[in-house]
Amino acid sequence: MSDASARVVIVGAGHAGGSVAALLRQYGWQGPITLIGAEPVAPYQRPPLSKTWLKGGSDLAGLLLRPNSFYAANRIELGLATQVTGIDRSGKLITLATNDRVPYDHLILAPGAHARSLPLPGHDLGGIIALRTVADADGLKAALRPGARLVIIGAGYIGLEAAASARVLGVNVVVIEQAARVLPRVAAPPLSDFFQRQHAAAGVRIVLNVAVEAFEGAHGHVSAVRLSDGERIPCDAVLVGIGAAPNDSLGRASGLDCGNGIIVDAAARTSDPSIHAIGDCTHRPLPLYHRSGRLESVPNALEQAKQAAADLCRRPPPTPEVPWFWSDQYDVRLQIAGLPFDVAETVVRGDPGSQSFAIFHLSAEGSVQAVEAVNAPAEFMAGRIMIARRTRTVAARLRDVSCSMRELAS
Amino acid sequence: MPKVTYVEHNGTGHTVDVPVGTSVMRGAVDNNVPGIDADCGGECACATCHVYIDAAWQARIGTPVPGSQEASMLSFAAVAQPNSRLSCQIEMTPDLDGLLVRMPEGQH
Repeated sequence: MSDASARVVIVGAGHAGGSVAALLRQYGWQGPITLIGAEPVAPYQRPPLSKTWLKGGSDLAGLLLRPNSFYAANRIELGLATQVTGIDRSGKLITLATNDRVPYDHLILAPGAHARSLPLPGHDLGGIIALRTVADADGLKAALRPGARLVIIGAGYIGLEAAASARVLGVNVVVIEQAARVLPRVAAPPLSDFFQRQHAAAGVRIVLNVAVEAFEGAHGHVSAVRLSDGERIPCDAVLVGIGAAPNDSLGRASGLDCGNGIIVDAAARTSDPSIHAIGDCTHRPLPLYHRSGRLESVPNALEQAKQAAADLCRRPPPTPEVPWFWSDQYDVRLQIAGLPFDVAETVVRGDPGSQSFAIFHLSAEGSVQAVEAVNAPAEFMAGRIMIARRTRTVAARLRDVSCSMRELAS
Repeated sequence: MPKVTYVEHNGTGHTVDVPVGTSVMRGAVDNNVPGIDADCGGECACATCHVYIDAAWQARIGTPVPGSQEASMLSFAAVAQPNSRLSCQIEMTPDLDGLLVRMPEGQH
C-alpha cells in the first residue's frame, strides 16, 4: 500500500517502537500513528539501566529517547501502560486488555524481549530481580546500599555491568556462572579472561562451573542462594541475568511465520504484507554472514526501524549495517563489531594483560568477521569498516601493532 | 534559549532551541532533525552523530582532545574533515547561541 495517509499502529514503545514512530514522521508519513507500550513511561534508553542509572548518574528525563512533548508535537498518539492481547489479521485490528479494539492499515510489531526466569524453588521470593525495565532497575537500585550482599546469576553483559555498578556503590557482589568462563556465549576466551581479572581486582567473587539449585528466604524475601556444589551464599538481593527470549507470542498466535522470533526480511516485513516487525523480537537476515538470526541490541532496533519506515514511506532502503554492541564496566569500554561466524583464525592485537587490546576474528579467506575492542576505538572503527567492505587481511599484519589500523583498513 | 541550526546534506536547514547543558546531538534528536542517528544515545561509542562545525564557530567549539575516544572514533568516521566533531560531545552553552553545523552524507 502506498497511501501515506493510512493508519500505522506500533505495538511496543521501546527503542525500536519509539524510533520507528519518529522516523515515519521524519520520512514524511502523513497518516495517524499510534504507539502502544506496556510500560507506563514514554520510550527510553535501556542500556544505561545497568550502568549510569544504577549508579544514580542520570534522571528519567535523561533516559527518555525523546521528551514527552515530542509525541503530541509530532502527532504521535502515545498509549502507555496498555497491554495488547491479540491481533486480528483478517479484520486488521488489535485487541487490548481493556477489550478495546484498535484498527490499523499497517501494523509494526516492536514488543522486544523478556528476561528468562529461573523456575527454581523459591523463585517467587521478594528481592529476586531481573533487569529489563526502568521499574526493574529502580528495584535493583534500592537494594544496592553500601555493604549489601548481591548475588548475580549469569555472567553475561547485563550481569557483569550490574556487578561493576554495584561494586562502585560499595556492594558485596558474587557472580555465579554455569559455564567455565564469564561471557561464555558472547566473547572470545581472551576477553572472558580479561573481564574476569577486572572483576576479581574490583573485589567481585566469581563462581564458575556451578548451577543454582534453590533460593532460600525469610519472611518472603530472599536470604540465600543454594548452589549445586552444596555451597549456600547468603544475600540481600539476587539479580537473574541469564538472557532474554523474544516477545513473539502475539505474532505466533496470529499465525505469522516465526523462528527464533518473528521472521522478517531485509525490509522488516513479516509474512503478512500489512505487518512489519522490528527489534529484539525478530528473526532477521544477517546479509554479511549469509544466514539469519536474532540480534538484541539498540543498533539493530534502529536499523530495522529505518528499514520499516523506509519501506512504508517508499524510500530507498537504508544501507545494511554491521551489527555492533558496546559495554561499559568500571573504566573499560568494550566495543564489538560484527558476529564471529565462520571463524578460522583469531588474532589478538595488543597485550590482553594491558587495559587496551583487540581481538579480530578472521574467516578462512582472511576476511574480518568480527572485532572485540577493549579501550581501542580505532580498532573498533577500522574493524567495522573492514567487515562492511569484506576487506581481506593477513593475521601477521593485524598482530603487528606498528602497522596502523589506518593502513590495515585501506 | 540558545538556537542551533542543523543543515542536512541536501541543504535543508533546521533551526531549533537547544537548552543550555544538553548536547548538540540531543538537540537534533529531540526535534526529529534528520541526519543524526545517535545509535548509542550519547556515550561516544558509535560515531553516528558526526557533524561539521561551520567555520565561524570552529574556534569557539575547538577540536577533540588528541588521543581521546572522540578523536579516535572520528579519525575513522565516514567522510571526516578537520572540522568534524561528534555532536554528543558538544554541550550547549549560552555563547553557542546561533551555532551552525552541517551533516555529512551519511552516518554509517
